[in-house]
Amino acid sequence: MTESTPKSPTRTRLLFLLPLLLVSILFGYFLWGLTTEGRDPNKIPSVLIDKPAPDFDLPALEGTSMPGFSTADLRNSGKISVVNVFASWCIPCLAEHPNMMKLGQRDDIVLYGINYRDKPLDALNWLEKHGNPYDSIGADTNSRASINWGVYGVPETFILDQSGTIRYKHTGPINPGQLESLIIPVIETLKAEKTS
Amino acid sequence: MISRLLCCLVFTLALFAHQPQKGALSFAGKAVLAVEPDEILPDPALEARAREISKNVRCVVCQNEPIDSSNADIAKELRLIIRERLVAGDSDREIEAFLVARYGDYVLFRPPFNSYTLFLWLGPFAVLLLGGTGLFFYFRSGRKASGTASAQSSGSSALSAEEQAELDRLLASDQEKGSRS
Repeated sequence: MTESTPKSPTRTRLLFLLPLLLVSILFGYFLWGLTTEGRDPNKIPSVLIDKPAPDFDLPALEGTSMPGFSTADLRNSGKISVVNVFASWCIPCLAEHPNMMKLGQRDDIVLYGINYRDKPLDALNWLEKHGNPYDSIGADTNSRASINWGVYGVPETFILDQSGTIRYKHTGPINPGQLESLIIPVIETLKAEKTS
Repeated sequence: MISRLLCCLVFTLALFAHQPQKGALSFAGKAVLAVEPDEILPDPALEARAREISKNVRCVVCQNEPIDSSNADIAKELRLIIRERLVAGDSDREIEAFLVARYGDYVLFRPPFNSYTLFLWLGPFAVLLLGGTGLFFYFRSGRKASGTASAQSSGSSALSAEEQAELDRLLASDQEKGSRS
């Protein structure tokens, strides 16, 4: 009869700590989710990473001598392409513009601009005032091309490799720190891939 | 036992009834109609399908609002795209696939069932099962414990000599009182 006595009381008491342990694990997970870089719930992860450039064909921005661009320009171009979505009405775009100017000086990339839901004249004035770093600008007045790119706000920046595959997406303005720590390293990595 | 089973059943049914889409739909119902007159399709059947799809599509810029009730430019454009594709003969599923290919599962309010959402969809049932098993063992061990306790009290080792003496003394005094009255 006495063989079936319950387990030692210390073991039972330890069992009471189980909920605390579970809650601690849960809270730890929440903390990780809240504080880890790149886990901002407002930033939609791009499904287009490692996918080829989407189908689009954008006309030139009216009033510029630069041509528009399309999917064909990006696929198998043999060059690294940086596609920046911008608009003259977008204040964060202005904030990142000096960094776009820096990128525009590089001759190892082709910098494309998608002018998102903008009036051509406004865009022209904006570029005249703040400088035009782009090698080519496509006017996406109804945002159809941007939707194909999975764009949900401006600015957004995509980096494509020589074959035209999207390798990196940056949501929001690129600040100087990010230019040095994120964007340029990606470009350098893709360049190294090309030579190897 | 039957009442406990009933309780479990009701709980399970409640879980089934509470689906994410329901929340999204009631939210959409309260919001102001954002679909503009020039967007509306002449075919009422197609328009109804467009509305149904739009209610499940997240506006990517105003993230907790469906495009059906959002006034954002991009939401309007997405509504137009949905309608164009419906007119072109796409199925609801094809349209959802079109959007998911660009914006990911995130764009749908009702998450699809796949390897990423496995825990989301099955999690509640796993928790229910875990809790149910826990309860089952809790009650079973409780009954067993009370069973062993009664068995022990009927055994000879239940009381020590001192306790037995104390009990005898109390009983004796009780009897004394009884005989006196």
